[in-house]
Amino acid sequence: MGLQAYIEERKKDRDLLVMAHVVCGYPSFEDNMQELEIMAEAGVDLVELQFPFSEPSADGPLFVKANEQSLKSGTTVDQCFDFMKRASERFPFKILMMGYYNTAFKMGEEVFVNRIKASGGVGYILPDLPVEESSNLHKLSEQAGIEPIILMTPTSSDKRLAILGKASRGMVYVVARKGVTGSKTNMGDDVISLVERCRQHTDVPMGVGFGISCKADMDFLRGTADLAIVGTAALKTWESSGAEGLRVFFAELMA
Amino acid sequence: MDIFDFSDGREGYYGEYGGVFLPEILHATIEELLVCFRECKADPKFWQDYVSLLQNYSGRPTPITHLENLSRQLGGAQIYVKRDDLNHTGSHKINNVMGQGLLCQRLGKRRVIAETGAGQHGFATATMAAKFGYDCKIYMGAVDIARQRPNVFWMENLGAEVASVEDGQKTLKDAVNACMRDWVTNMADTHYILGTACGPHPFPEMVSWFQSIIGMEAREQILKQAGKLPDRVYACVGGGSNAMGIFQGFFDDDSVELIGCEAGGLGVGSYMHSARLAYDDATVGVAQGYKTYFLQNDEGNMNETHSVAAGLDYIGINPIFSYLWEQGKVRFEAATDSEVKEALKLTMRTEGLIPALESTHAFVMAIKEAPTMAKNEVILINQSGRGDKDIFTIADALDDSKWKSFIAGKADQYRAEKK
Ligand SMILES: Cc1ncc(COP(=O)(O)O)c(C=O)c1O
Repeated sequence: MGLQAYIEERKKDRDLLVMAHVVCGYPSFEDNMQELEIMAEAGVDLVELQFPFSEPSADGPLFVKANEQSLKSGTTVDQCFDFMKRASERFPFKILMMGYYNTAFKMGEEVFVNRIKASGGVGYILPDLPVEESSNLHKLSEQAGIEPIILMTPTSSDKRLAILGKASRGMVYVVARKGVTGSKTNMGDDVISLVERCRQHTDVPMGVGFGISCKADMDFLRGTADLAIVGTAALKTWESSGAEGLRVFFAELMA
Repeated sequence: MDIFDFSDGREGYYGEYGGVFLPEILHATIEELLVCFRECKADPKFWQDYVSLLQNYSGRPTPITHLENLSRQLGGAQIYVKRDDLNHTGSHKINNVMGQGLLCQRLGKRRVIAETGAGQHGFATATMAAKFGYDCKIYMGAVDIARQRPNVFWMENLGAEVASVEDGQKTLKDAVNACMRDWVTNMADTHYILGTACGPHPFPEMVSWFQSIIGMEAREQILKQAGKLPDRVYACVGGGSNAMGIFQGFFDDDSVELIGCEAGGLGVGSYMHSARLAYDDATVGVAQGYKTYFLQNDEGNMNETHSVAAGLDYIGINPIFSYLWEQGKVRFEAATDSEVKEALKLTMRTEGLIPALESTHAFVMAIKEAPTMAKNEVILINQSGRGDKDIFTIADALDDSKWKSFIAGKADQYRAEKK
């Protein structure tokens, strides 16, 4: 089942799905596995596994630190794919690779796509790779049957959204606000109108991310988005209150 | 040769290098910048305003100096130096900054941000912002702040906010990342004044265009003073802006050899250097918005870099140079930290010049090669900056005991005042 069909299937029972995020190897792969267990228990639908990169220029302070620490402790691409494989065999949710383009470029685009596929991933998010530079990767992805996730943003013009819409597969990642990952988004009418604008250019499901941290955000997005994307808030919780805290966090979020 | 004519190829690409690799959220901003830059470049009035601004504010044209003593001592080629150290704020960085300051007026933005390594670009940007009335924030790695305090002092006193960047290696590349993060948040009213010919298109082209004033002046001046074109032109290469600046003056002169001088740090095989093309350690990658040779590992994570000169201590190189190097148009060499210290001492004693540690890398290569050349051959070095900003680093390197006791005395005085 493709990503879009999977999301539509899951949406038959619940009106707002959840995509969560972990930075591979931070604090450790054992911690990552425990985080995923909690996410699976809570019924999380999708997880993005971030492959650490030394220049995470689209990330906020917490993820910057996580990328840095993970690399410092010796995390490799092989370990990340191995973890992806173990996680995809073990959990019911679907998994996306998330990272920066240089990771894919260095191993070669074809190897990159094939390794995601072989590790049970269904797609990837490369925030620093614009569509103009993606045509070969998108072609390879289609052949392999995995999905490149396109980002749409508040600064995208309608003309730009039309281009992005054409390239969209599986789902779209709607960036709710300007800035890097991590800080709080004020959920307001502009988020709703942004998602509405994005929907005019594609039929794939819409995930909304950047700054989602609580049940109120979820309630706000219900009826607008198909998925809520939760990143920094979960890691923050894990750091401050560990496994028990994370369990409570997702239970409240998804209540 | 017009490397900026993209009609036959992909816009913003030099061979397979360059491009735009930025988050989608910046797409509209970089498009807006490109359109504005194209208008400026096509408008002769813009260039006139730019030149007269630099004449009236920064002391251009900077002269060329014949180093007669050094040339005689080395016994080979005649060495001439283009004196961009005589610019206001002490380096070539002000050329690019004044150009982007004018462009920022056309963009209608009121806030500027910049990364800085040595602090020269930050210093120049803070100066420009004060003159033009922009809000200004400078991002600088904590390691660089520690080694370039005098420039931080001036930036702050010129009214800029200096943010210490604490992630990664805490040097220039991390300051670039910090600027990107600021820009994705504040692009509506903020222009990012990138300080070198790197980053996403159109920055390499735009910065090179502003710096081309160095080469235009230099070609005319050397013809007049030496009576001929130089046989070799040397420039240090961090990101590559001063080198692009002077080299462009000689791109169409096939007899002129162009030599880019990178930071060899602790030398070949040390993995503590910033030589992307002169040594074999760099490979092609994509980071900080563009594709070029980076000092990185097999998985694409950046390696630690090192140089005694903060302004050369950087992972990547201007994509235009990656292309011109492959084409055999520019030769790349590296000077080590210890060679730089020796060349600096020699230049100070024989000529009374104090080049910046960055610029001294170009002196090293010229001093090495001059004796192998004939007496009627001509060398031109770009002195991109002056060395007084480096007084702390140079005093350390020379292990100057009188300086150390002066600083210790100052510290005692401040400590006593605090009590
Ligand atoms: C005096 C001086 N020269 C050279 C450089 C290196 O930059 P680029 O290669 O862009 O000229 C710097 C950078 O800070 C500098 O301060």
